[in-house]
Amino acid sequence: MIREFICVLCPNGCEISVELDENNSILELEGATCQRGGEYVQQELFAPQRNIATSIKVIRGNMPLVSVRLTDAIPKERIFDVMDEIKKVKLEAPVNLGQVIIKDVLGLNRDVIATKQVLRK
Amino acid sequence: MVINKDVIIVGGGPAGLATAARLKELGIHDILILEREKLAGGILRQCIHDGFGLTRFKEALSGPEYAARFIDQVNKMGIDYLTDTTVLEIDSTKHVIAVTKNELLEYQAKAIIMTTGCRERTRGAISIPGTRPAGIYTAGVAQAYVNLKNIMIGKKVVILGSGDIGLIMARRMTLEGAQVLAVLEILPYASGLPRNIEQCLNDYDIPLLLSHTVTNIKGKERLKRITVNKVDENLKPIPGTEIEYDCDTLILSVGLIPENELSLLAGVELDSRTRGPIVDENYQTNIKGIFVAGNALHVHDLVDFVSIEAENLAEAALTYIQKGSIPECSVLVETDESVGYTVPQKISCEKDITLSMRVKKPLKNCALQIIQGDDVIKTKKMRKALPAEMIQIGLKKEELRSSENIKVVVRHD
Amino acid sequence: MDQKKSPEYDVIIIGAGVIGSAIAREISRYELKIGVLEKELDVCSETSGRNSGVLHAGFNNEPGSLMAKYCVEGCLGFDKVAEELDIPFSRTGKIVVGFDAEDKDKLIRLKEQGDQNGVPGLEIIGKERIKELAPYVDGEFAMYSPATGVLNPFIYTIALAENAHHNGVDFFFNNEVIAIKHLENTSKNEINSEKSYEIKTTQGCYATKWVINCAGLNADKIARMLGINDYTIYPCRGEYFILDKKAGEFLKLPAYPVPNTKEGGLGIHLTPTIDGNILIGPSTEYIEERDNYSSTQEIMDLLIKDGGRIFPYLKREFFIRNFAGIRPKLVNKDVGGYADFVIEAREEAPHTILLIGMESPGLTSAVPIARRVIEMMSEKEYLIEKVNYDPYRKGILCFNEQPLEKKRKLIQQNSNYGEIICRCETITKAEILEAIHNPLGVETVIGIKNRTRAMMGRCQGGYCETRISEILMQEKDKPENEVIYARQGGKMFVGKVRD
Repeated sequence: MIREFICVLCPNGCEISVELDENNSILELEGATCQRGGEYVQQELFAPQRNIATSIKVIRGNMPLVSVRLTDAIPKERIFDVMDEIKKVKLEAPVNLGQVIIKDVLGLNRDVIATKQVLRK
Repeated sequence: MVINKDVIIVGGGPAGLATAARLKELGIHDILILEREKLAGGILRQCIHDGFGLTRFKEALSGPEYAARFIDQVNKMGIDYLTDTTVLEIDSTKHVIAVTKNELLEYQAKAIIMTTGCRERTRGAISIPGTRPAGIYTAGVAQAYVNLKNIMIGKKVVILGSGDIGLIMARRMTLEGAQVLAVLEILPYASGLPRNIEQCLNDYDIPLLLSHTVTNIKGKERLKRITVNKVDENLKPIPGTEIEYDCDTLILSVGLIPENELSLLAGVELDSRTRGPIVDENYQTNIKGIFVAGNALHVHDLVDFVSIEAENLAEAALTYIQKGSIPECSVLVETDESVGYTVPQKISCEKDITLSMRVKKPLKNCALQIIQGDDVIKTKKMRKALPAEMIQIGLKKEELRSSENIKVVVRHD
Repeated sequence: MDQKKSPEYDVIIIGAGVIGSAIAREISRYELKIGVLEKELDVCSETSGRNSGVLHAGFNNEPGSLMAKYCVEGCLGFDKVAEELDIPFSRTGKIVVGFDAEDKDKLIRLKEQGDQNGVPGLEIIGKERIKELAPYVDGEFAMYSPATGVLNPFIYTIALAENAHHNGVDFFFNNEVIAIKHLENTSKNEINSEKSYEIKTTQGCYATKWVINCAGLNADKIARMLGINDYTIYPCRGEYFILDKKAGEFLKLPAYPVPNTKEGGLGIHLTPTIDGNILIGPSTEYIEERDNYSSTQEIMDLLIKDGGRIFPYLKREFFIRNFAGIRPKLVNKDVGGYADFVIEAREEAPHTILLIGMESPGLTSAVPIARRVIEMMSEKEYLIEKVNYDPYRKGILCFNEQPLEKKRKLIQQNSNYGEIICRCETITKAEILEAIHNPLGVETVIGIKNRTRAMMGRCQGGYCETRISEILMQEKDKPENEVIYARQGGKMFVGKVRD
C-alpha cells in the first residue's frame, strides 16, 4: 500500500510517499529531504503527536492573557483533554517567559509553559 | 527641536529588531526604533502558535518567544526604542515626525529603515456581495481579539481564503470550542503552507474546499448565513453549485499587502507585483537612504527569512550612514510569466546576493534558471514549487557578469 | 410603560434622519418640549447617510416643484448652516457629461430647467473645459454647475441633532413606533388635555400634541397609523463602491452622466467625498424589503462598467468598500421618475405634519423643509421664540488637519492626542473619546466610525477596530457581549476566551 504524508516538523513541508506492508511497516520512503521525515511518518503511522498553543487568563497583569505551549508534542488524541486542563488555570501577574504553568500535564511527561512575559499592572 | 539620529527604524517587529541589532554590531550606536504598539515584537505577539525559528534557532518556538529573543538582544545591546509612538510623516530628506502620549517628536536621520510590516486585504477590497453585518473579521483581527484581547468573536465559523493566518485561526478557534465549518479557497490550490493544511485543518477534520468562494452574505445585524459557490477556471461562480452555511462568523484570509503608506509620502516607488518598494541588492529604495525589509518589502511565509533579510541590509546602511551614498545598482532582474516577482529588483553584480521569489502557480518537477545574456548561470531543480513558499537562490559574485540584465525563468522537465 | 408615566411632549418627531434632525433643530428655537423617536441606534442610519453626499444645486427638478424650490434654497443657504454647525463642506461644482447630439439636447434643456429654478451660474462647456475641471473624466461636452457641493451626510445630520439636543430636544433611540392612538375622544383626562396623540414604541409610550412624520422608508406606515392611507413607499436601492483616497486626486468634482429621466435616479456617477475618497454609484433597483442593504454581484459589475464609461481611470486596487442606500420613492417602477416631496397637514389627523417621499434632494433641502414645517405649525399655534436658543455647535477637532505647531500644542494639553488609534485616517484617541461621549449618547462602533472617520480608510479597521472596541468597553463599562456593531442585535463578540 502507498500512503502520502506531509511532514509538519519544519516549514519545508515535505511530501513524503511511503510504501507499507500489511503491518504498516515502511518498505520504501520517498520525498523526505531530511532524516526526520522518516521519523515523522513512523510516528504518524503508530502514534501521531502534536504540540498545541493557547492562552491562560492572567489577573492584575499588563495584558489579560498569557500565551502558553507544551514543552513537546503530545498524542494527538489527548489535545482536547489538555485544553480542558489549561482552561482551568488562572494566574496572577507577574508571569515569566518559560515559566512552568502545569508540570507534567495529565502525566504526559510534558509541561505547559508560558511563552510571554506578563508584568504586574 | 529636531533631534539628529544616524538611523531611524520605523517598526519594532522582527525585521526592525533584527536590523537594529546587526547595525549595532557593525558599530552604529545612534539608532532609534519607533514602534506604534505598547510593546515591541510586531505581529509575532499575537502569533502564539509554534513553528517559528526552526531555521534560525533549530527550535520550534512560538511567535512571542521568537520575538523575545530579539527584544532581549536589543535590550542587552542598549539600543533605544520608543513604543506607543506613531510615525506620522517621513520625507525624502529623511525628516521624521512622530507622536507619543507626551509630545510631538521631530527627527533628522541619516538613514531610515522601513520595517512597517503588512496589512490584510479586506472584504471591501475583494467586494463580496451581501449585507454588512457584525461577525466578519479578517484573520489577523480575529487573531488579535482571541490571542491578545481575550475576546471570543463567534461560535460557528467559515473561513474564506487559505492563507496561513486563516489556517492557523481555524485550529485556534476549534481549540477554543468554536465550530469551523469549512475553509474556502477561490483558487484551485491552497495559498497557505502544506504543513498548515495538514496540522490546522486535516488534524481537526475541517474541510478545505478549493475553487469555492463566498457569493452572498446574509444577516442584517449579526451574520446569519453565507452562500458559497464553486468557481470556474476564470474564478467566476458557477450557477447551481450553491452551498449554504449557517454561521455567525466569517473570517477572511485573502491576502496581505505590504504597508508602505509612509514610504509613499517620501516618494518611494512601489513594485505593482509585490506592492512593496522596488529595491536594489542593498534593500535601498529609489529614495537614497531609505531602506526597507521584511513584510513591508514583500510578504514572507517564514519569519526566519524576515530576520535574515533585515540583517542583510545593515551593512549597506552602515556604508550609507558613513559615506552618504552606496554604489548604484543598474542590472535589472527580470522574470518570465511563471515567476511572480523577485526581490531585489536591481543588483550590481559586484557582490554575492540572494534572490527571493515566488512562482505564480504550483509546479512539479521544474527548474528555476538564472540567465544572463545567453548564459544559464544557475539552475535550481525543484520537485515542487508552490506560490505559498518563497524560493531563495543565492548567487556568487563570480557567477555574475556586470552590465547585462539577468532573468529568472522556469524550465519544465 | 404605565400610561400615566408616559413622557409628555408638545412635539414628537418620528425619524432621526436628516429631515427629522433638521426639523428638531428648527423647532428647538421655540418654547416647546420636543422629542425625537428613532428605531435605529443612531441618527442618520438609513437613507440620509447612504447616498452620494452631494449638495445639489437644483437643476434636476421640475420647475415649480417643492423639490426645485427647497433644493435651490437649501443649496444657496448652506454656507451659513455649515458655519453654525462647524461641518466640512465644499462647493466643488459639478459636471454633467454627454457624448452625442441627443445628450447635448438634454443638457441644454437641463440648463434651461436649472435657470428657471434659479440655479446660479450654469453653463454648457466643451471638451477643453471638461479637461480643465476634471482631467480624467471623459465626455464631449457637459453642463457645469458651480454651485453644487459635497458634504458628509453623517456629520451634517449628527450636527443638526446635536445642536437640537443642545437646545433641549430629547432623542430616543431603539424606539420603533408600533402604534399611534388619537386621544381626541378621551381629552377629558386632565393629564392629556393638551395631548392629542399617544405614541407606542418598542420601548414605551409618549404623549404629544403634535406628531411630525419623517419616517423616511416607513413614512407610509406611520401615516397609516395616523389614519391616512393614501401613500405607499416603493423602496428603490442604490449601490455604491467607495474608492481609496489615492483615487481622490483624479477627481475633484462630481461627474454625472446625462440623466435618464425615466429611471428615477441620476445615473451612475462619480462623486468625490468631502474627505477625499470617490464614490461610484448609485444604481437604481426597485426592491421588496425596506431594509435590505445588500450589495449584489450584478450591480457591482454594472457600477464598474458604467462608472468606467465617464471615468476610465478606475483601478481594482482602489476599491475599499461597498454600501447601499434605499430611496423612499412615491412612484413605482412602472411610473418611474420622481414624485414631488409630500409635506402636508391633513384635516383628518389634526396637529400632524407628514413628510413623505423624502428622497433626493432631501439632504440639500432639509433646512428649508424644516422651515416650511414651522410655518405650517404656526398656522395652528402661536410659537414663542426661546431667548436662549443657540444655533452654534462645535464639531470634533480633527487632529490630522491641524498644522504641526497646533498638533504639538494639542498633545501637550491632552495626551490622548498623542495616541494614534486609526492609522489610515490618523485619528487620535482624543477624537475617539469625544465620539464615544457624544451628546446624543450613541454607543455603537459604527457610531464612532461615522463621527471620526476611524475605520473608514484602506485597512477598514484592520489596525484600529480592536482598539476602538476596547476603548468603548472601558469607557462605557460594557462586557464583551454587549458591544454592538451597528444595529440592535448586531453583537460583535460572544464573550471572553477565558473568564
